Amino acid sequence: MTDIRYLAPRTLEEAVGAFAAAAGAARILAGGTDLLVQMRAGSARPGMIIDIKQISEMTSIEETADGGFRIGAAVSGAVMAEHPRFGQVWPGVLEAVNLIGSTQVQGRASAGGNLCNGSPAGDSVPAMIAAGAVVTIQGPNGRRQIPVEAVPAGPGRTTLTPGEILVSFTLPPRPKGSGDAYLRMIPRTEMDIAVVGVGVSLTLENGTVTAARVGLGAVAPTVLLVAGAANALIGSKLDDAAVEAAAAACRAACRPIDDKRGTIVYRIKVAGVLLKRATAIAADRAGKV
Amino acid sequence: MAKLHVSTTINGEPMEFLCEPHESMLDLLRGVLGLTGSKEGCGSGDCGACSITLDDRLVCSCLMLAAEAEGKSIATIEGMAQGERLHPLQQKFLEMAALQCGICTPGVLIAAKSLLERNPDPTESEVRYWLAGNLCRCTGYDKIVRAVLETAAEMRESA
Ligand SMILES: Cc1cc2nc3c(=O)[nH]c(=O)nc-3n(C[C@H](O)[C@H](O)[C@H](O)COP(=O)(O)OP(=O)(O)OC[C@H]3O[C@@H](n4cnc5c(N)ncnc54)[C@H](O)[C@@H]3O)c2cc1C
Ligand code: FES
Ligand code: FES
Repeated sequence: MTDIRYLAPRTLEEAVGAFAAAAGAARILAGGTDLLVQMRAGSARPGMIIDIKQISEMTSIEETADGGFRIGAAVSGAVMAEHPRFGQVWPGVLEAVNLIGSTQVQGRASAGGNLCNGSPAGDSVPAMIAAGAVVTIQGPNGRRQIPVEAVPAGPGRTTLTPGEILVSFTLPPRPKGSGDAYLRMIPRTEMDIAVVGVGVSLTLENGTVTAARVGLGAVAPTVLLVAGAANALIGSKLDDAAVEAAAAACRAACRPIDDKRGTIVYRIKVAGVLLKRATAIAADRAGKV
Repeated sequence: MAKLHVSTTINGEPMEFLCEPHESMLDLLRGVLGLTGSKEGCGSGDCGACSITLDDRLVCSCLMLAAEAEGKSIATIEGMAQGERLHPLQQKFLEMAALQCGICTPGVLIAAKSLLERNPDPTESEVRYWLAGNLCRCTGYDKIVRAVLETAAEMRESA
């Protein structure tokens, strides 16, 4: 093993400086539930590990003045679950984050790591996309904000440029009558990788959908925003025809792989089924707000 | 190679150690510190045999760097009994034979203790979900789950 360094900077500026200076040899460490597994398997061999958990902006949850939320990129699933308000406002995002691994994994795994790891099956990603979450990224050239769906570039790859660190997720304020939900299909009841994952967020006014977003995971090289499915729901009263049209849009968006967890035909069919079920749950939650 | 100097607390005792930057907490515990109660079943977060708490949060020590212990408080199975006095969970596991080979047991006990500290009255399915990351090759889980529920009931009575 060659010389490897561990840094735990206290400020974002220090972290970005060290990350940029290492020119590709460094890896960011959030919860380590992907990175440490990859290092052990030999698929990641960083020369420097930059632990971002000493930076308070990375590990805190804030309710913004307008009623939105800012979630630090390294906040663990367990900490998100303990927040008194977050799960009430965004139950779908929370259930997606809390599906990641076991209790032990939840104690460490972050939504930032889930997104930056670039897995098409990352559970929090479709729910964050459905929520309309925007990420703040900081790099050597300053800060920028992009929607979550603009981050994944392919299996294991993101659009972050060298030296850039994901800082936080910003979730918008929630209008009255809104609800969200995330469902995934796995061959077991716990501890498995999604065969399909669907996140739905919608707003209802007198029974009519005024806004909707749909995120679809594990059926293409990246998690997808399915605008066609959202458009089929918007303006409807969630009648069978509208929901079936949204399911058809999800099926049409699928470009899945065939593997031991699910065939192409199966994944496509399940994408439509989960869209319908997640929509029903989101609508039910919207009605209760 | 430059070793890192880490100051931490383990089972309530202040502790200092030197570690490699990439060394896992599990390797450090079992190797350098000789605390071999935490087991390695997989090294990849799947089995839970290496479970510890880090600032009261249940984690897999195989998925944590030893360097991350700086300034934190760690609890391992070695700190669960008070001298000769077993923790009620340990006592109940013995009485109800909730273990066979025992490899999973330290991790299961640490995880179950962490559950009961948060939720003194869990349902059976809450116990099963909480322990889903603790694999056991021997018991079929039923005895483990029953021992945890039974301990919870007794601890509530005596509280
Ligand atoms: C037993 C087990 C079960 C699992 N089950 C699931 C599951 O059900 N669903 C699921 O989706 N995943 C699962 N995972 C995978 C993993 O837990 C998740 O992807 C988790 O969200 C990763 O978060 P982390 O904080 O641990 O990331 P880390 O391992 O710290 O980081 C992951 C990657 O992202 C990079 N990175 C992290 N944070 C940043 C940042 N702020 N800026 C730039 N780059 C960054 C790291 O360098 C690394 O390449 C499981 C893992 C294990 C070990
Ligand atoms: S050894 Fe850590 S989870 Fe298996
Ligand atoms: S008692 Fe043998 S693995 Fe659990």
